[in-house]
Amino acid sequence: MDYAPTSATRRAASTKIVVAGGFGVGKTTLVGSVSEIVPLRTEALVTNESEGVDDLDAVPTKATTTVAMDFGRLTLAEDLVLYLFGTPGQRRFWFMWDDLCLGAIGAIVLVDTNRLDDSFSPLDYFESKGLPFIVAVNEFDGTQRYSLEEVANALALPPHVPIISVDARDRASVKQALVRVTEYALERLIQPLSVNAN
Amino acid sequence: MDPGDLFDNHDYVAPARYVRPYTITAGRTRSKVDLPMEATLRRRPGGFHPDLNPAALRVLATCDARSVAEVSALVSMPIGVVRVLLGDLVEQGIVHVEATITESSSKDERIDLIERTLRGLRTY
Repeated sequence: MDYAPTSATRRAASTKIVVAGGFGVGKTTLVGSVSEIVPLRTEALVTNESEGVDDLDAVPTKATTTVAMDFGRLTLAEDLVLYLFGTPGQRRFWFMWDDLCLGAIGAIVLVDTNRLDDSFSPLDYFESKGLPFIVAVNEFDGTQRYSLEEVANALALPPHVPIISVDARDRASVKQALVRVTEYALERLIQPLSVNAN
Repeated sequence: MDPGDLFDNHDYVAPARYVRPYTITAGRTRSKVDLPMEATLRRRPGGFHPDLNPAALRVLATCDARSVAEVSALVSMPIGVVRVLLGDLVEQGIVHVEATITESSSKDERIDLIERTLRGLRTY
Protein backbone atom coordinates (compact mmCIF):
# COMPACT_ATOMS: atom_id res chain seq x y z
CA MET A 1 0.00 0.00 0.00
CA ASP A 2 1.22 3.46 -0.69
CA TYR A 3 -0.05 5.31 2.33
CA ALA A 4 1.73 3.42 5.12
CA PRO A 5 -1.35 2.61 7.16
CA THR A 6 -1.17 1.49 10.72
CA SER A 7 -3.16 -1.63 11.42
CA ALA A 8 -5.16 0.26 14.03
CA THR A 9 -6.43 2.92 11.66
CA ARG A 10 -6.82 0.77 8.54
CA ARG A 11 -8.61 -2.18 10.09
CA ALA A 12 -11.49 -3.18 7.86
CA ALA A 13 -14.69 -1.52 9.06
CA SER A 14 -16.98 -3.59 6.85
CA THR A 15 -17.00 -6.76 4.84
CA LYS A 16 -19.33 -8.86 2.72
CA ILE A 17 -20.54 -12.34 1.89
CA VAL A 18 -22.13 -13.10 -1.48
CA VAL A 19 -25.30 -15.19 -1.79
CA ALA A 20 -25.70 -16.58 -5.29
CA GLY A 21 -28.30 -18.84 -6.79
CA GLY A 22 -30.92 -19.25 -9.45
CA PHE A 23 -34.12 -17.31 -9.90
CA GLY A 24 -36.59 -17.89 -7.09
CA VAL A 25 -34.31 -20.03 -4.94
CA GLY A 26 -34.77 -17.78 -1.91
CA LYS A 27 -31.74 -15.47 -1.85
CA THR A 28 -33.64 -12.39 -0.73
CA THR A 29 -35.55 -14.46 1.83
CA LEU A 30 -32.24 -15.67 3.25
CA VAL A 31 -30.81 -12.17 3.38
CA GLY A 32 -33.98 -10.83 5.00
CA SER A 33 -33.92 -13.52 7.71
CA VAL A 34 -30.76 -12.17 9.30
CA SER A 35 -30.56 -8.56 8.12
CA GLU A 36 -31.15 -5.79 10.66
CA ILE A 37 -32.75 -3.72 7.91
CA VAL A 38 -35.41 -4.65 5.37
CA PRO A 39 -33.29 -5.74 2.39
CA LEU A 40 -32.41 -2.83 0.15
CA ARG A 41 -32.01 -2.90 -3.60
CA THR A 42 -29.27 -1.38 -5.68
CA GLU A 43 -29.14 -1.33 -9.44
CA ALA A 44 -26.29 -1.51 -11.87
CA LEU A 45 -26.56 -0.47 -15.49
CA VAL A 46 -25.81 -2.96 -18.21
CA THR A 47 -25.29 -2.14 -21.83
CA ASN A 48 -26.79 -4.71 -24.14
CA GLU A 49 -23.82 -4.74 -26.44
CA SER A 50 -20.94 -5.35 -24.06
CA GLU A 51 -22.83 -6.35 -20.93
CA GLY A 52 -20.14 -4.27 -19.27
CA VAL A 53 -21.41 -2.63 -16.14
CA ASP A 54 -21.62 1.13 -16.14
CA ASP A 55 -19.49 1.32 -19.22
CA LEU A 56 -21.59 3.60 -21.33
CA ASP A 57 -18.64 5.80 -22.14
CA ALA A 58 -20.55 8.82 -23.28
CA VAL A 59 -22.75 6.99 -25.76
CA PRO A 60 -25.97 8.36 -24.38
CA THR A 61 -28.38 6.61 -26.69
CA LYS A 62 -27.05 3.09 -26.31
CA ALA A 63 -29.79 0.84 -24.99
CA THR A 64 -29.25 -0.12 -21.40
CA THR A 65 -30.87 -2.44 -18.96
CA THR A 66 -30.52 -2.51 -15.23
CA VAL A 67 -29.84 -5.46 -13.01
CA ALA A 68 -31.01 -5.40 -9.43
CA MET A 69 -29.28 -6.78 -6.37
CA ASP A 70 -30.84 -7.07 -2.95
CA PHE A 71 -28.68 -6.79 0.12
CA GLY A 72 -28.88 -6.74 3.88
CA ARG A 73 -26.78 -5.49 6.75
CA LEU A 74 -25.61 -7.07 10.01
CA THR A 75 -23.78 -4.96 12.59
CA LEU A 76 -21.41 -7.50 14.16
CA ALA A 77 -19.48 -5.18 16.45
CA GLU A 78 -19.06 -1.48 17.11
CA ASP A 79 -16.38 -1.42 14.44
CA LEU A 80 -17.58 -4.09 12.01
CA VAL A 81 -20.55 -4.34 9.63
CA LEU A 82 -21.24 -7.36 7.43
CA TYR A 83 -23.21 -6.93 4.19
CA LEU A 84 -24.93 -9.83 2.45
CA PHE A 85 -25.39 -9.42 -1.28
CA GLY A 86 -27.84 -11.59 -3.15
CA THR A 87 -26.93 -11.95 -6.78
CA PRO A 88 -28.63 -13.59 -9.75
CA GLY A 89 -26.95 -16.82 -10.79
CA GLN A 90 -27.11 -16.63 -14.55
CA ARG A 91 -23.90 -16.49 -16.47
CA ARG A 92 -24.85 -13.21 -18.10
CA PHE A 93 -24.40 -11.49 -14.71
CA TRP A 94 -20.82 -12.60 -14.26
CA PHE A 95 -19.56 -9.14 -15.15
CA MET A 96 -21.11 -7.92 -11.92
CA TRP A 97 -19.69 -10.65 -9.77
CA ASP A 98 -16.11 -9.50 -10.22
CA ASP A 99 -17.08 -6.29 -8.48
CA LEU A 100 -19.11 -8.10 -5.83
CA CYS A 101 -16.58 -10.78 -5.04
CA LEU A 102 -13.52 -8.57 -4.74
CA GLY A 103 -12.75 -8.41 -1.03
CA ALA A 104 -15.60 -10.75 -0.06
CA ILE A 105 -15.05 -13.29 2.72
CA GLY A 106 -16.74 -15.97 0.66
CA ALA A 107 -19.96 -17.03 -1.00
CA ILE A 108 -22.97 -19.19 -0.31
CA VAL A 109 -24.44 -20.92 -3.36
CA LEU A 110 -28.09 -21.44 -2.51
CA VAL A 111 -29.49 -24.50 -4.23
CA ASP A 112 -33.01 -25.69 -5.01
CA THR A 113 -32.89 -29.44 -5.68
CA ASN A 114 -35.65 -29.07 -8.28
CA ARG A 115 -33.43 -26.76 -10.29
CA LEU A 116 -29.89 -27.93 -9.82
CA ASP A 117 -28.85 -26.62 -13.24
CA ASP A 118 -29.18 -23.06 -11.95
CA SER A 119 -26.26 -23.70 -9.59
CA PHE A 120 -23.67 -24.70 -12.16
CA SER A 121 -22.85 -21.19 -13.28
CA PRO A 122 -22.12 -19.72 -9.81
CA LEU A 123 -20.16 -22.85 -8.85
CA ASP A 124 -17.98 -22.52 -11.96
CA TYR A 125 -17.46 -18.85 -11.31
CA PHE A 126 -16.42 -19.07 -7.66
CA GLU A 127 -14.19 -22.02 -8.41
CA SER A 128 -12.45 -20.14 -11.22
CA LYS A 129 -11.94 -17.09 -8.98
CA GLY A 130 -10.71 -19.08 -5.99
CA LEU A 131 -13.34 -17.48 -3.74
CA PRO A 132 -14.17 -19.82 -0.83
CA PHE A 133 -17.78 -20.99 -1.13
CA ILE A 134 -20.16 -23.43 0.45
CA VAL A 135 -23.29 -24.99 -0.99
CA ALA A 136 -26.50 -24.55 0.98
CA VAL A 137 -29.52 -26.62 -0.05
CA ASN A 138 -32.66 -24.66 0.70
CA GLU A 139 -35.20 -26.87 2.48
CA PHE A 140 -38.38 -24.87 2.28
CA ASP A 141 -40.80 -27.44 3.59
CA GLY A 142 -38.53 -29.22 6.02
CA THR A 143 -38.58 -32.45 4.06
CA GLN A 144 -35.29 -33.37 2.55
CA ARG A 145 -35.87 -34.75 -0.92
CA TYR A 146 -32.31 -35.85 -1.51
CA SER A 147 -29.40 -36.49 0.81
CA LEU A 148 -26.64 -33.90 0.84
CA GLU A 149 -24.34 -36.55 -0.56
CA GLU A 150 -26.66 -37.09 -3.53
CA VAL A 151 -26.77 -33.36 -4.19
CA ALA A 152 -22.98 -33.06 -3.92
CA ASN A 153 -22.61 -35.87 -6.45
CA ALA A 154 -25.15 -34.36 -8.81
CA LEU A 155 -23.28 -31.05 -8.67
CA ALA A 156 -19.90 -32.79 -9.02
CA LEU A 157 -18.67 -30.84 -6.00
CA PRO A 158 -15.01 -31.22 -5.10
CA PRO A 159 -14.76 -33.06 -1.75
CA HIS A 160 -13.38 -30.05 0.12
CA VAL A 161 -16.46 -27.90 -0.55
CA PRO A 162 -18.82 -27.92 2.46
CA ILE A 163 -22.46 -28.67 1.73
CA ILE A 164 -25.20 -28.00 4.28
CA SER A 165 -28.95 -27.69 4.33
CA VAL A 166 -30.53 -24.39 5.27
CA ASP A 167 -33.99 -22.98 5.83
CA ALA A 168 -33.73 -19.54 4.25
CA ARG A 169 -36.68 -18.32 6.34
CA ASP A 170 -35.08 -19.24 9.64
CA ARG A 171 -32.70 -16.80 11.30
CA ALA A 172 -30.76 -19.40 13.31
CA SER A 173 -30.37 -21.65 10.28
CA VAL A 174 -29.11 -18.79 8.09
CA LYS A 175 -26.76 -17.67 10.86
CA GLN A 176 -25.29 -21.17 10.90
CA ALA A 177 -24.71 -21.01 7.16
CA LEU A 178 -22.90 -17.68 7.57
CA VAL A 179 -20.74 -19.11 10.35
CA ARG A 180 -19.94 -22.13 8.17
CA VAL A 181 -18.83 -20.14 5.14
CA THR A 182 -16.74 -17.85 7.35
CA GLU A 183 -15.10 -20.80 9.11
CA TYR A 184 -14.40 -22.38 5.75
CA ALA A 185 -12.84 -19.16 4.44
CA LEU A 186 -10.55 -19.15 7.48
CA GLU A 187 -9.60 -22.81 6.90
CA ARG A 188 -8.78 -22.06 3.27
CA LEU A 189 -6.65 -19.08 4.27
CA ILE A 190 -4.68 -20.97 6.89
CA GLN A 191 -4.38 -24.12 4.81
CA PRO A 192 -4.72 -23.31 1.10
CA LEU A 193 -5.69 -26.13 -1.24
CA SER A 194 -2.65 -27.78 -2.72
CA VAL A 195 -2.36 -27.73 -6.47
CA ASN A 196 -2.85 -31.47 -6.52
CA ALA A 197 -6.02 -31.46 -4.43
CA ASN A 198 -8.83 -33.04 -6.35
CA MET B 1 -44.47 -22.06 -6.05
CA ASP B 2 -42.48 -21.93 -2.88
CA PRO B 3 -42.57 -19.06 -0.41
CA GLY B 4 -39.13 -17.88 -1.43
CA ASP B 5 -40.40 -17.02 -4.89
CA LEU B 6 -42.57 -14.27 -3.48
CA PHE B 7 -39.49 -12.41 -2.40
CA ASP B 8 -37.22 -13.44 -5.16
CA ASN B 9 -38.88 -12.08 -8.23
CA HIS B 10 -36.34 -9.31 -8.39
CA ASP B 11 -33.82 -11.09 -10.53
CA TYR B 12 -35.35 -9.48 -13.52
CA VAL B 13 -33.66 -7.46 -16.14
CA ALA B 14 -35.89 -4.57 -17.07
CA PRO B 15 -36.70 -4.11 -20.75
CA ALA B 16 -34.14 -2.11 -22.65
CA ARG B 17 -34.64 1.61 -22.40
CA TYR B 18 -32.82 4.71 -23.46
CA VAL B 19 -31.36 6.58 -20.53
CA ARG B 20 -28.84 9.25 -19.83
CA PRO B 21 -27.86 8.17 -16.36
CA TYR B 22 -24.53 9.89 -16.42
CA THR B 23 -25.85 13.35 -17.21
CA ILE B 24 -25.48 14.23 -13.53
CA THR B 25 -21.86 13.12 -13.54
CA ALA B 26 -21.06 15.19 -16.63
CA GLY B 27 -20.62 12.01 -18.65
CA ARG B 28 -18.03 10.43 -16.38
CA THR B 29 -18.57 6.73 -15.77
CA ARG B 30 -15.61 5.96 -13.54
CA SER B 31 -14.28 7.30 -10.27
CA LYS B 32 -10.58 7.59 -9.49
CA VAL B 33 -11.35 6.55 -5.93
CA ASP B 34 -11.70 2.86 -5.07
CA LEU B 35 -15.21 2.42 -3.68
CA PRO B 36 -16.16 -1.19 -2.92
CA MET B 37 -19.90 -1.83 -2.53
CA GLU B 38 -19.51 -2.52 1.19
CA ALA B 39 -17.14 0.35 2.03
CA THR B 40 -18.34 2.52 4.91
CA LEU B 41 -18.41 6.27 4.34
CA ARG B 42 -17.91 9.01 6.89
CA ARG B 43 -18.85 12.59 6.36
CA ARG B 44 -16.07 14.81 7.64
CA PRO B 45 -17.24 17.31 10.22
CA GLY B 46 -18.06 20.88 9.27
CA GLY B 47 -18.43 22.45 5.91
CA PHE B 48 -21.16 24.07 3.90
CA HIS B 49 -20.99 23.17 0.27
CA PRO B 50 -23.03 25.59 -1.84
CA ASP B 51 -21.17 24.58 -4.99
CA LEU B 52 -22.36 20.96 -5.00
CA ASN B 53 -25.12 19.97 -7.41
CA PRO B 54 -28.40 18.61 -5.99
CA ALA B 55 -27.51 14.97 -6.73
CA ALA B 56 -24.18 15.30 -4.92
CA LEU B 57 -25.91 17.01 -2.00
CA ARG B 58 -28.38 14.11 -1.72
CA VAL B 59 -25.50 11.65 -1.70
CA LEU B 60 -23.68 13.71 0.92
CA ALA B 61 -26.75 13.95 3.13
CA THR B 62 -27.25 10.18 2.99
CA CYS B 63 -23.76 8.73 3.15
CA ASP B 64 -22.59 9.09 6.75
CA ALA B 65 -21.99 5.68 8.43
CA ARG B 66 -23.46 3.91 5.40
CA SER B 67 -21.98 1.78 2.65
CA VAL B 68 -21.71 2.64 -1.03
CA ALA B 69 -24.47 0.09 -1.79
CA GLU B 70 -26.78 1.59 0.85
CA VAL B 71 -26.31 5.08 -0.54
CA SER B 72 -27.14 3.81 -4.04
CA ALA B 73 -30.32 2.14 -2.75
CA LEU B 74 -31.44 5.05 -0.58
CA VAL B 75 -30.95 7.80 -3.16
CA SER B 76 -32.29 5.52 -5.96
CA MET B 77 -29.32 6.03 -8.26
CA PRO B 78 -27.39 3.25 -10.01
CA ILE B 79 -24.27 2.12 -8.22
CA GLY B 80 -21.96 3.46 -10.93
CA VAL B 81 -23.44 6.95 -10.76
CA VAL B 82 -23.18 6.98 -6.97
CA ARG B 83 -19.56 5.92 -7.18
CA VAL B 84 -18.67 8.86 -9.41
CA LEU B 85 -20.46 11.33 -7.11
CA LEU B 86 -18.93 9.83 -3.96
CA GLY B 87 -15.50 9.78 -5.58
CA ASP B 88 -15.77 13.54 -6.12
CA LEU B 89 -16.73 14.07 -2.47
CA VAL B 90 -13.78 11.97 -1.34
CA GLU B 91 -11.38 13.85 -3.60
CA GLN B 92 -12.68 17.14 -2.23
CA GLY B 93 -12.02 15.91 1.30
CA ILE B 94 -15.69 16.08 2.28
CA VAL B 95 -16.16 12.34 2.72
CA HIS B 96 -13.78 9.68 4.04
CA VAL B 97 -13.83 5.99 3.03
CA GLU B 98 -13.13 3.47 5.77
CA ALA B 99 -10.95 0.43 5.16
CA THR B 100 -12.08 -2.81 3.58
CA ILE B 101 -10.19 -5.90 2.52
CA THR B 102 -8.63 -5.31 -0.89
CA GLU B 103 -6.42 -7.24 -3.27
CA SER B 104 -3.40 -5.80 -1.50
CA SER B 105 -4.50 -6.82 2.01
CA SER B 106 -2.06 -9.10 3.81
CA LYS B 107 -2.90 -12.59 5.01
CA ASP B 108 -2.79 -11.33 8.61
CA GLU B 109 -5.29 -8.59 7.81
CA ARG B 110 -7.60 -11.15 6.19
CA ILE B 111 -7.34 -13.54 9.11
CA ASP B 112 -8.00 -10.69 11.56
CA LEU B 113 -11.12 -9.67 9.65
CA ILE B 114 -12.47 -13.22 9.33
CA GLU B 115 -11.90 -13.90 13.03
CA ARG B 116 -13.70 -10.70 14.01
CA THR B 117 -16.54 -11.67 11.66
CA LEU B 118 -16.80 -15.13 13.22
CA ARG B 119 -16.89 -13.71 16.75
CA GLY B 120 -19.57 -11.26 15.69
CA LEU B 121 -21.68 -13.87 13.90
CA ARG B 122 -21.58 -16.32 16.80
CA THR B 123 -23.06 -13.74 19.16
CA TYR B 124 -25.33 -12.06 16.60
